[in-house]
Amino acid sequence: MAFELPPLPFDKGALEPHISAETLEYHYGKHHQAYVTKLNELLGDSPDAAKSLEDVILSSDGAVFNNAAQVWNHTFYWQGLKADVPGPDGALAEAIARDFGSVDAVKQALAQAAATQFGSGWAWLVADGGTLRVTKTPNADTPLKHGQTALFTIDVWEHAYYVDYRNARPKYVAAVLDHLVNWEFVAANFAAAVV
Amino acid sequence: MTYQLPPLPYAYDALEPHIDARTMEIHHTKHHQGYVDKANKALEAVPELASKPIEEVLRSLNDVPESVRQAVINNGGGHANHSLFWQVMGPGKGGEPSGALGQAISGAFGSVAAFKEQFANAAATRFGSGWAWLTVDASGGLAVESTANQDSPLSAGRTPILGLDVWEHAYYLHYQNRRPDYIAAWWNVVDWDRVAEFYTAAKA
Repeated sequence: MAFELPPLPFDKGALEPHISAETLEYHYGKHHQAYVTKLNELLGDSPDAAKSLEDVILSSDGAVFNNAAQVWNHTFYWQGLKADVPGPDGALAEAIARDFGSVDAVKQALAQAAATQFGSGWAWLVADGGTLRVTKTPNADTPLKHGQTALFTIDVWEHAYYVDYRNARPKYVAAVLDHLVNWEFVAANFAAAVV
Repeated sequence: MTYQLPPLPYAYDALEPHIDARTMEIHHTKHHQGYVDKANKALEAVPELASKPIEEVLRSLNDVPESVRQAVINNGGGHANHSLFWQVMGPGKGGEPSGALGQAISGAFGSVAAFKEQFANAAATRFGSGWAWLTVDASGGLAVESTANQDSPLSAGRTPILGLDVWEHAYYLHYQNRRPDYIAAWWNVVDWDRVAEFYTAAKA
């Protein structure tokens, strides 16, 4: 059973003007698809091809890991993006207040992580044990590989923002944090992580 | 003395249609300038290093205080790598290396075509951001290699004489996800005479 590109959970224009449909045409239609295609090529009909994507990520390194993790990271990234979702409340809001002080502070920490990931990579909000943390990873690296549960991510590969923002990565990151955080998705991940 | 953005040795549109003017202008005035500014900031507190050519600093990273070493690798590397990149390209170039360099490449890789294939493969398979290089080692030997991000071969004791930027910012506006198309087009702007000069200097 080959891995498949999951459907994008929104229309390609749904994130405009912050992320353009043109960016999503390439980012989802070409980059995400290419990771899926390459992963299937690499696995062929080896026993690993029957594993879950998470198991492949946990048991691989090199090219298989890179492509498997990038399939997972992108699927997760899309789910974390939605326009104009109200900020967090309930248990997630309490945990953010406990570990960061405020929602603004966690956004600042994410912006800092995203800005300082040199080269290609990702900024993350994760649950690490019982604590919320902001981290950054290079290239395909992913929290699952570090025993952490991802709650939210921002892709800072240049292909995520170059069409819309050119070199201005901080503007892209600010637009995501101010307008596109799907707090319902973050809260659901948080609830599952602390069970 | 601080590092300065070197002027581009040709117009922004000079490498069209292989590399478009918009890409060249942003790449030079935003990305390269950013590395220059951040390299200067990193070395502000170490004036005895900031007075040296950036290539010399990158050759001796152990002399760089640990507190700023990664910033120098990233931004000093970015400055040195882009400075070389602009020089090994030019309008109306391309073709094949000749003379001593052509012979050395054929000797090291079997043929110029085999070298190009190996170099293109290094560029295409660099996962994430980075560079492909033709380098000269201490005994004058040639090698194809690739480095991540802005890491310079100088820090590993080898002198780059040809470099290809495969950060997405180098090609995304024109080629989007099609990095192999960018690599194939790039051969049309390689200035082999300049590469030969760098080869001679590296062996001296």
